[in-house]
Amino acid sequence: MSILDNIPVHIPSSVSTADRAYNTLPLLHEIRHALERLSREGESTILDLRAIPFPPGDEQRLLDYLGTGEVEAQLHALGNSLIRETRYSGVWVVEHKNGDDERVALQIEITSVPAILRAQPEDIEEGLNRLTASLSADVKEDLV
Amino acid sequence: MGFRDCQVVAPIALVGCDWARRIGRCYHEYRAAYSRTNVLAYVHCSVMPKHPALTRDLSGRGISRRAFLKFCSVAASVLALPPEAVGSLVESLGHSARLPIIWLSFQECTGCTESFTRSHAPAVEDLLFDYFSLDYHHTLQAPSGADAESARLDSMRRFQGRYLLIVDGSIPLARGGVYSTIGGRTNLAMLKECGEGAAAVIAVGSCAVFGGLPAASPNPTGAVGVLALMEQGLIAKRPLVNLPGCPPLPIAISSVLAHYIAFGRFPAVDDMQRPLSLYGNTVHERCSRFRFFEERKFVKQFDDEGARKGWCLYLLGCRGPLTHNACAVHKWNQGTSFPIESGHPCLGCAEPGFWDRGGFYRCIDETECTVDESHESREDAASEGQNLYEDNCVYCHSIDPGALRTDPNQIPHLLRSGEIRSHRRLQFSDEQLDQLGEYLKSRK
Ligand code: SF4
Repeated sequence: MSILDNIPVHIPSSVSTADRAYNTLPLLHEIRHALERLSREGESTILDLRAIPFPPGDEQRLLDYLGTGEVEAQLHALGNSLIRETRYSGVWVVEHKNGDDERVALQIEITSVPAILRAQPEDIEEGLNRLTASLSADVKEDLV
Repeated sequence: MGFRDCQVVAPIALVGCDWARRIGRCYHEYRAAYSRTNVLAYVHCSVMPKHPALTRDLSGRGISRRAFLKFCSVAASVLALPPEAVGSLVESLGHSARLPIIWLSFQECTGCTESFTRSHAPAVEDLLFDYFSLDYHHTLQAPSGADAESARLDSMRRFQGRYLLIVDGSIPLARGGVYSTIGGRTNLAMLKECGEGAAAVIAVGSCAVFGGLPAASPNPTGAVGVLALMEQGLIAKRPLVNLPGCPPLPIAISSVLAHYIAFGRFPAVDDMQRPLSLYGNTVHERCSRFRFFEERKFVKQFDDEGARKGWCLYLLGCRGPLTHNACAVHKWNQGTSFPIESGHPCLGCAEPGFWDRGGFYRCIDETECTVDESHESREDAASEGQNLYEDNCVYCHSIDPGALRTDPNQIPHLLRSGEIRSHRRLQFSDEQLDQLGEYLKSRK
């Protein structure tokens, strides 16, 4: 246990209605409205949690409330990123970390698939070129 | 090797797709990959111009567009620009030449530079090396002495009317400005010279903005900020943005720079020339303890139960309600925390005159402080105060303090000031002095 752990700071973390009434509840409503837009009009929304002041414990309360759904993906580029669907389909939590494993962004995306998971057209084209090249005669001989 | 010869250049980029709304930082990986290149990289998306050479360059360096999207996603959470501004931001950045910057440091502690070099997002190095050329900066430049000064003059000549001038530190005016000189020239003379050819000026830190700590009473050096000099006609008037704070948030510096580089102008400012996106709200309005303020749950001592429960620090002198800054939103040390979240009241360092507003731990609204005290706790305090009086004061004063001639409201203040010599032996704590005051008031 670190010395810091000995400092008796107690942050109540129960999800009482009063607690949720601070920022978690309005945010949950915002997510609901965004999900409604996605469902009716196909419009995606991104909520940037960095820009929202959370008292200690509130962010965790929000994430706990949203829970975990069926999909979880890891991206290994410029540090790790975790993209996971919450138990409300279409609501995703996207957490980006840098190479030092520090969180650099936390977003809630209300969309069918977060843009970062989609293969980008240029990458697809480039992949095609590389595969074509690797299937050229020389390479084929190597494989055979 | 001069500073400009040893640059490590990294790409910084933007996307305009629906989820990436703002500009941002670059990563160490990018810096490593792009060492000694000078490429502005793009990723294709709906509103982005296609730059085949750049996208080729990205993939040639093993950086996928998905990685690049991540980079942009992080970028998106930084600058408080509306989503519709992204398209033009991308276009502007794509065609901007590197902006020459001259950074002058006067009466300062280098805290602002420390803050600047810790820019988290956008990472300053990226902005620094991709988009601007820092031609003069005491702390960061490699050359010194005459070489440094000639680099400054050279840059001013070549980029006359186009360079950006950044100032940190206050400018002394007393006794002809002799209190701070560089190369034998006063700060005022140097600022005047550099201000003439500048396209715009950024005053970084409370010293450059309001005079700061050097201007604290009795202000022996006659320290003033840049705006005051412009208003007095002592330096040329140029577009000016003020970024107060002691020091200002790293993001305040880097995001204003990014905005200026992209649009050639500063973001919208308030009547003190502070960017509204960062200084439009008070710390109090975005404070993580605000809920407790509304519930009237206040910390009364640093180690009391309220302190342990994270209650509001208002009664301990918090100046969050008067201070316009974005500490509560962006926080410090890579977004880890900010003073209030760590249990210390806001000192109000981004407001003019914060250094001369009395004790930092005095509640900003005395009425509020006393209103909050319940009748019961005042009675308790008075009875504690009576004990203190009887154990200490009666040895010199009448047993009935009602006979004291000094106004009882003044007594704790007088004792705190240490001005009454014969009382210096009394070792009363702050709380005890308040209790004594309560007792004396109740006896009047
Ligand atoms: S701690 Fe300060 S800024 Fe935060 S709610 Fe209390 S008074 Fe306001």
